[in-house]
Amino acid sequence: MSKDTLFDKVWDLHKVSSLPGGSDQVFIGLHLIHEVTSPQAFGALKDKNLKVKFPNRTVATVDHIVPTDNQSRPFKDNLAEQMIETLEKNCLQHKIRFFNIGSGNQGIVHVVAPELGLTQPGMTIACGDSHTSTHGAFGSIAFGIGTSQVRDVLATQTIAMNKLKVRQIWCENKLSHGVFAKDLVLHIINKLGVKAGVGFAYEFAGPAINALSMEERMTICNMSIEGGARCGYINPDEKTFSYIKNKLCAPKNDDWDKALSWWKSLKSDENSIFDDLIKFDASKVEPTVTWGITPGQSVGINQQIPLLEKLSPNDQFVAKEAYEYMGFKPGQSIKNTPVDVCFIGSCTNGRISDLRVAAKVLKDKKVSKTVKAFVVPGSEKVAAEAKQEGLDKIFKKSGFQWREPGCSMCLAMNSDKLIGNQVSASSSNRNFKGRQGSPTGRTLLMSPAMVAAAAIKGKVSDVREFINK
Amino acid sequence: MKSEFTPPIGKILQISGKCISLIGNDIDTDRIIPARFLKCVNFDALGKSVFEDDRKTLKGRHPLDLEDNKNASILIVNSNFGCGSSREHAPQALMRWGIKAIIGESFAEIFYSNCIAIGIPCFTLPKKLIQDIQSYIDKKSLSLEIDLKNSLAKSKDFNFCLEIKESSRKMFLSGEWDATATLLENSKLVERKSKELPYIKFGYDF
Repeated sequence: MSKDTLFDKVWDLHKVSSLPGGSDQVFIGLHLIHEVTSPQAFGALKDKNLKVKFPNRTVATVDHIVPTDNQSRPFKDNLAEQMIETLEKNCLQHKIRFFNIGSGNQGIVHVVAPELGLTQPGMTIACGDSHTSTHGAFGSIAFGIGTSQVRDVLATQTIAMNKLKVRQIWCENKLSHGVFAKDLVLHIINKLGVKAGVGFAYEFAGPAINALSMEERMTICNMSIEGGARCGYINPDEKTFSYIKNKLCAPKNDDWDKALSWWKSLKSDENSIFDDLIKFDASKVEPTVTWGITPGQSVGINQQIPLLEKLSPNDQFVAKEAYEYMGFKPGQSIKNTPVDVCFIGSCTNGRISDLRVAAKVLKDKKVSKTVKAFVVPGSEKVAAEAKQEGLDKIFKKSGFQWREPGCSMCLAMNSDKLIGNQVSASSSNRNFKGRQGSPTGRTLLMSPAMVAAAAIKGKVSDVREFINK
Repeated sequence: MKSEFTPPIGKILQISGKCISLIGNDIDTDRIIPARFLKCVNFDALGKSVFEDDRKTLKGRHPLDLEDNKNASILIVNSNFGCGSSREHAPQALMRWGIKAIIGESFAEIFYSNCIAIGIPCFTLPKKLIQDIQSYIDKKSLSLEIDLKNSLAKSKDFNFCLEIKESSRKMFLSGEWDATATLLENSKLVERKSKELPYIKFGYDF
């Protein structure tokens, strides 16, 4: 059993009681909600005649269903309009702070909360969305929950949950030039598998993790769930504190000093005990691309799609399904695979640093005529910052469409969808069958820089050929 | 899909029904219920759309569409079932189709806790045993009577023990799987906890 890790400290601090069945009742410090997984929870409160217990510990935004072309109200899609109206009504009725479209702070919930300074070290954070693990980048313990648990958090500010085990993923050395956080996390998931994290919180640590920016750390923690871990986190450091400082909801004045001294005490002890420990050499990671139907099915850009017999018996089952669905032959190179659609965005890679690096690749280049390319900033703030830096102009000049913020084609709940069996190069997080809106659509996950390179060439390419040292 | 749906309520001691086998590892919640069906403010209509895209692809040959499986209620699955998105719409859709319990090699974590929260017990068995059951179902019909108290499954031909997390089993037996009431009982402790947490005092300056 783990001992004295950050996870243990935060869990113990928030534990309210041991429940009769053996699980713990845990206090949730910050509850984030959006339009898709909250309406039924508010409905259940009404049915049970319950109130929201701590309305000021819940914050809302709208992201999954928002159109990215025309956001004027009412939305063209009646169902989408009904969902945003329901959220507006629920927030108003229960006095929950809602960052709506046009507020300057709307966007993907996992982009918005950190940029508002809501996400802070030492907190427990829950949201009805599996990518809530993102917030672990700040040394908070953050996990996705279902709608019944959203109901529980609204009604009691707590949930019933079994304590997780802790696996430390130690990343030695540094990522090499042209290799990004996305590549590292895809590599880790490939090596450990998509279900290795079940029952675990992942602590990402080591020199390669320390060297990452806060936004890169968010990319890593975001994808924990793709490795099966409901929660991923990184011990907070000076980068964490300076990211939060002066944000809208960050502690101010005396509170800042108190917060800072508390945050500095929050990290896994040097001799803490982990349930498991795995080491990676970050310098060996290449730009990585998925070829299959789970985020674990990836290869380095210069590698081939694995032969069936090279895979473990457990992985062969899904590999067969993946070859067939993707239309790939075992042994085929991933490089030069033609792509139809290029998508930059999502809670994994839709932040300002992601847009900057993609724009750097695209500057003075043109998107291939065979490709439809679009960029969806993660939030209104990201969009505004990008415009201020002139990134929107670089994208548009290259042939990318510049869209309004939202989740967009990561899960295709709005009108941004693949058509037929199109292949997309996507900076998002899931390559599941049908994920991007077409039941036969095919997704290749990669870093935003790699998506930009694929857009220029019209096929999967090595971004290192586009960026100088 | 069954025409009438009544959600489970209270203690769940026993589940009996016919088994339906769904073969595949890493079956994600996007496949169980594609995102376009999440455009709803309640779960009522989800049952008919469960596995919509997989079923369309198989044109009537999907296990959920076979006449023999029409009244099945115990789903037999393989490894890492329900991975991906946290959407509770996935188990809600399965439940509204008629599923009352799931037996599998392993489950994704959020899917598992969503199932518990809505009253669908998820049991595990070793890989080989799951495969044996699935090949049995391939040839013959299998009805099970599951006794939660002893974690035992009985059929006409054979009996076997099922594994389930002790905390989940206890919750079903006591009826506390619907956690809200239990959590509300500790209201005073929650208040006290909220005062102890250092960051609550910092407040948010909106």
